[in-house]
Amino acid sequence: MSADWVSVCGVDAIEPGMAGTVPVDGADEIAIFHTSGGAFYALVNKCPHKGGPLSQGIVHGDSVSCPLHNWRISLLSGQALGEDKGCTPTIPLKIEAGQVWLDRAAILARAGA
Amino acid sequence: MNRQTSIPALRHADAKERLVVIGNGMAGCRAVEEILALEPDRWAITIFGAEPRVNYNRIMLSPVLAGEKSFDEIVINSAEWYSDNGITLVSGDPVVHIDRAAQQVVSRAGRIESYDRLLIATGSDPFVIPVPGKDLPGVVTFRDLDDVETMLAAAEASSKAVVIGGGLLGLEAAHGLSLRGMTVTVVHLMPTLMERQLDEAAGYLLKSELEARGMTILTGADTAEIVEIDGHVGGVRLKDGTEIPADLVVMAVGIRPNGALAKAGGLEVERGIIVDDDMVTSDPAILAVGECVQHRGACYGLVAPIWEMCRALAAGLAAQPKGYSGSVTSTKLKVSGVDLFSAGDFSGGEGCEDIVMRDAARGIYKRVVVRDDKVIGVVLYGDTQDGNWYFDLLRQQQDVSDIREALIFGQAFAAGGALADPNAAVAALSDDAEICGCNGVSKGKVVACINGGAASLDAVRAGCKASASCGSCTDLVERLLALTLGDAVEESAKTICGCTSFGHDDVRRAIVERGFRSIPEVMQELHWSTPDGCSKCRPALNYYLLCAWPGEYVDDQKSRFVNERLHANIQKDGTYSVVPRMWGGITNPRELRAIADVVERYDARMVKVTGGQRLDIFGIRKEDLPAVWADLNAAGMVSGHAYGKSLRTVKTCVGSEWCRFGTQDSTGLGVKLEQMSWGSWMPHKFKMAVSGCPRNCAEATIKDFGVVCVDSGYELHIGGNGGIKVRATDLLTRVATEEEALEHCAAFVQLYREDAWYLERTAPWLERKGLAWIKAQLYDDPGAVKALASRFLYSQQFMQDDPWAQRAAGDRADLHSHVGRITAGPPPGGARLAMEPAE
Repeated sequence: MSADWVSVCGVDAIEPGMAGTVPVDGADEIAIFHTSGGAFYALVNKCPHKGGPLSQGIVHGDSVSCPLHNWRISLLSGQALGEDKGCTPTIPLKIEAGQVWLDRAAILARAGA
Repeated sequence: MNRQTSIPALRHADAKERLVVIGNGMAGCRAVEEILALEPDRWAITIFGAEPRVNYNRIMLSPVLAGEKSFDEIVINSAEWYSDNGITLVSGDPVVHIDRAAQQVVSRAGRIESYDRLLIATGSDPFVIPVPGKDLPGVVTFRDLDDVETMLAAAEASSKAVVIGGGLLGLEAAHGLSLRGMTVTVVHLMPTLMERQLDEAAGYLLKSELEARGMTILTGADTAEIVEIDGHVGGVRLKDGTEIPADLVVMAVGIRPNGALAKAGGLEVERGIIVDDDMVTSDPAILAVGECVQHRGACYGLVAPIWEMCRALAAGLAAQPKGYSGSVTSTKLKVSGVDLFSAGDFSGGEGCEDIVMRDAARGIYKRVVVRDDKVIGVVLYGDTQDGNWYFDLLRQQQDVSDIREALIFGQAFAAGGALADPNAAVAALSDDAEICGCNGVSKGKVVACINGGAASLDAVRAGCKASASCGSCTDLVERLLALTLGDAVEESAKTICGCTSFGHDDVRRAIVERGFRSIPEVMQELHWSTPDGCSKCRPALNYYLLCAWPGEYVDDQKSRFVNERLHANIQKDGTYSVVPRMWGGITNPRELRAIADVVERYDARMVKVTGGQRLDIFGIRKEDLPAVWADLNAAGMVSGHAYGKSLRTVKTCVGSEWCRFGTQDSTGLGVKLEQMSWGSWMPHKFKMAVSGCPRNCAEATIKDFGVVCVDSGYELHIGGNGGIKVRATDLLTRVATEEEALEHCAAFVQLYREDAWYLERTAPWLERKGLAWIKAQLYDDPGAVKALASRFLYSQQFMQDDPWAQRAAGDRADLHSHVGRITAGPPPGGARLAMEPAE
């Protein structure tokens, strides 16, 4: 488990309760969530249901409601909550030196490189 | 580069080793105390301090500023302490150079001191935001006694202060200056005060408390510059143009570890001076401690971790290493009368559970975050009595599964054991015990009410008023229902969502009657069971507040569905569709050209004529929206609100101007209706139509508000719907003039806005309330139509500000751009990733 982090933005770039997007060449866009409680999470920006951009949903607690059909997705696990079934991949993330860092290896794996 | 591998031996047997300490602050002196405690006779100690005085307790500067303590009271080590311990204090003469090869330090005055071990405790520097005017006289930081003296002098001579920064330090400064008689405004960049220590709910309570004490708190406020008047501070101007007059500006936005001297001396420094677990730097002869260090990636600005570091340092130096492994920190705000405690991690995370308790009557908010049966975070506001108990549970990683049910009630309750079963506790209450404090209802009365036939929460609320006001006793009433009736308890009317026990009507009434002004306030006062609501209640509350306080309430973008946040309609592929307004369905060559140009310029994949008589441009990316809007604005078009719970379109037929059957100018009236009501937010979407004759080509009888023109005037129809369940309108009334038609429309819209539940169209609303009720509201009181219409028009003056023009001018650019971008780098060495800054 070698740490291989890439810094994507400052922590102030995303208002609490909102999400930011990070396009990736050759792979799915990543959504970075900043909850009103102050936590950060990164998920592939695609609802497991119909691929809706989760970054545009309403963030509440540690979950987000997809803007297309209101599926509720856990920001911790990427799992659909409630009656719905499905999972969105999560990307390991850390906060250090005021920056948001994503796990390079996880992104590479998604890029199928 | 560190080539030194061993420490020089003692020069001769009885000479003491020389320890030089840079920094006469809390960390440096505490470290010396710890060292003396372990090895009282080993060292000859010299301390260099930049300030011309003995060591004092920096965290007590706030009480000094507030006039609650004097300087003498916060001195930690008096002059005697230095002499008693044989310490040489060089104050007011800071070290300016470290010569590691010669093991010497040089002071500003040229004093040279040799060392066997050097201890760096240079602390931190206040961060000064780089805005124009930052160096003006009257701009101070809040770091040392000189700053406090400057502030006190200013408080005597002048009246207005601005504190930039709503963190711990900033708020303490603001509090102190306020007590000294100044009018204080706090300018905070983030939406929540002390956002590192508090969640939104606690931040709201703190803000309300400070405002009640007369401070002005501006959150989400970004400082553009400090304004000069006659060579001195005159005020602060924010990026939104607001200007706040001030004779004193205190910068308290944060601190930065002071590693400059260490770095110049060639030590390894990142954010702070890098140290190991024994507080040794990259040079084995040099140690560092306090706010200037970086340990395992973390820098600390609180005092508790520094004490732990000092203990580890002394132990390591005495060759009995204990090692410092980082700290869990807790915070208390030193503002008298405000009880606030936070510790650990309350930002959530894998498997975290929130336990929330709110008591609006007593202004209490408590939140304990539990993971794997252990407390990992706690926020307390209003009642911090159990702060230390929670902090102990947290630090000791104690298993709390046994006391989990009662955990939130605090130590006394959790330890009670027998009372840990809440049902048993309620059953054990005497009949005289008060259940509802707001309405003074005892347990006996509630049970009597239930036995008298009240089988639901609503019935109890109606019958004896228990839980009918603030709702904090809802849980108790529900338990009494269950204890008294068992399975026979009836479900109450629908609540807004699972976050609350209140329905839409209760919440709307409470907002108006009790004057709630923000979402966190509603959640606190009405005892929401979640920290920040959900996707159902947040948009509803946002609308209710917007409707209740026009021109005053600031729309919360976080509580808006994506379409209303981005002012366009999201499509299944994540692109957006854009519908410019076409008043009454009328357009012209200039508008059509602009639309055609947009379609080509932004590769829109389709243009479609909508059912509402306008054009829908499909396939626009969120990044392109502001540019698209700028182009459409330039041709005179504004947002069509095709995306909103708001007025959509006013469909018209051509009417008397062209049609041989037309009885009135239906297009003209349609345009006037649309101009009157565009931009208004509603409980749900709202469609109108005007037909020029009873042939009804504009389909006015399936609209929320429809006008059918007749020879004698205008028939006004309401509550129609052409959606899943088609409903034809009911006739509301007939009027003779256009002016009356417009006024009745405004009145009806306002009644709907003020009464309907969020996401309730007019059709189900009308069926729920009944046509007779709606007519009674409008016509029983002869002044009602005018009153409702004037409330609508008042609200409209704040709503008719084209959101597209605001965005096109750069407002909320963050919503339309990416925060970063990851591109595949060149192939050598396999796939690589490189970073580019965001656009």
